[in-house]
Amino acid sequence: MKLLLVGEYKNGNIDDSFYELVAFAGKLGAEAVAFFVAPTDIKPEFNGKVYIADVEKAKEYNPKVHRDLILKVAEKENPDYIVLSHSSYGWDLAPRVAYKWDAGQISEIVDVDNDGFVVPFCNAKLRRLLKPNTGKAVLTLQSGAFAPAKEGSASVETIDVDVADEGLEFTGFEIVEKGGVDLTKAEIIVSAGRGVGKKENIEIVEKLAKAMGGELGASRPVVDAGWLPPERQVGTTGQTVAPKLYVACGISGAIQHLAGMKKSNFIVAINKDKDAPISEVADVFVVADLLELVPILTEKLSS
Amino acid sequence: MNVLVCVKQVPDMESKFTVSSDGLWYDQSDLTYKINEYDEYAVEEAVRLKEKLGDVTITVLSIGPDRVKEAIRKALALGADKGAHIKDDEAHLKDPFQIATIISNYAKDKNFDIIFTGMQSEDRGSAQVGALVAEMLNMNCVTTIVDFEYGDGKVNVKRELEGGIKAKVTAKLPVVLTCQLGLNTVRYPTLPNIMKAKRKELKEFNVSEFLNVDPKVITLKAFVPEKKKGGIVLEGAPDEIADKLINILKEKAII
Repeated sequence: MKLLLVGEYKNGNIDDSFYELVAFAGKLGAEAVAFFVAPTDIKPEFNGKVYIADVEKAKEYNPKVHRDLILKVAEKENPDYIVLSHSSYGWDLAPRVAYKWDAGQISEIVDVDNDGFVVPFCNAKLRRLLKPNTGKAVLTLQSGAFAPAKEGSASVETIDVDVADEGLEFTGFEIVEKGGVDLTKAEIIVSAGRGVGKKENIEIVEKLAKAMGGELGASRPVVDAGWLPPERQVGTTGQTVAPKLYVACGISGAIQHLAGMKKSNFIVAINKDKDAPISEVADVFVVADLLELVPILTEKLSS
Repeated sequence: MNVLVCVKQVPDMESKFTVSSDGLWYDQSDLTYKINEYDEYAVEEAVRLKEKLGDVTITVLSIGPDRVKEAIRKALALGADKGAHIKDDEAHLKDPFQIATIISNYAKDKNFDIIFTGMQSEDRGSAQVGALVAEMLNMNCVTTIVDFEYGDGKVNVKRELEGGIKAKVTAKLPVVLTCQLGLNTVRYPTLPNIMKAKRKELKEFNVSEFLNVDPKVITLKAFVPEKKKGGIVLEGAPDEIADKLINILKEKAII
């Protein structure tokens, strides 16, 4: 079996998610080659062949060009599977590659089984076991599902493709201002989720954060609703944190939130829904209405 | 301008899910259904575009059993013009490639300038359908947008990346855009608009008209995951569990 691993080059570095793809290949006992759009002098720690398309020319976001580059490598190497991370880069590119490669796609794989690939559904409350119906397939892997494997040095070959995309133009990045809050340095974080219900209730969680001497964090829906500013957002699209104590109040635990906090030393979740996926990472799961419980906690801690 | 919005009807994710009797999906009975949250942002963005430009026709499409008509009616109440219900009692067993084929076969002779949809569904979460439709119809495509602006035959969008970074992208029409949470604030339908929506066109089609391909991915089984971590569960009177929690944190010398 042979895999083509599509790595990501981000913010001047080879993204660590690449080594999760390498680990996945190891788990399948498969041979692997890799592909990056990156500067041509990068040195991935990987025993195998790496094709590199110059990022100066192919640009960081240029999906049709990246797609055609991947297809060109696939034609040379004839892999069984093309594997990407289930990231903003991967989920954008994977269906485009799958369609042109005439293959099926399995998204957000968390595990492998003798018969196929395991993916979550219904906010990770259930799983499905899927199998490609075509001989080959494009696969995307959930971030963090496979422990990274870093070893060796790659043999590099540069690759080029003569296509341009007239329909789409990437014009630059925009970065969220941190606004004086650096959650990555906090020892205790108390976060508010959708379960707070309305903006006025944020105060309830904020008071607990103060009573514990911690910082106030938030899950995505709270930031999207404008109840707290983006610099307070914990998760893959916000900040990735690992405090001594993380208290999740009314947060169900969507994967993008879990990925941003599951390395915390001790996790307390307060939630009404006993099946909420946050229970998977919680050291203590408190089945309660946060609006009722949190003020009691705050009072007991303050006295 | 001709705009298509693809919406899926999904259960509330707070529900208790069990595996269906055929072992391939979740049991669809006794669930409360709603428009997929990502798709609601898609509807809202299309309606805002119509309000800005005036001359815009918005068609809302949904695939599924009769109940998905409710999702279409909701989108019509939010301001879409007409609905297309592609009736398929077994839509949940189709793979993303088949769903995208159904949509693109419906759309191919209708000259849509913009197709809005969610970046993924809340239940299946494959994040494939929008980009596949774009490939099938040879349209431009930007996924995961959190900002949208139209002018001069082009769209200026921001797509969300990881770690608080956004990529700014300009795309020419025709284009497929998949919407990320927080793209806008979805309005509440007013009572007069809910009444008006009942009189708007809602055409029904049979899925066999549009589906001519086999799945590329097969489901072997659906199952309940084993709990990964055996954390302590505290239940009971709030005052009692608050004490218990504080004791645990003190024992562990965390506070």
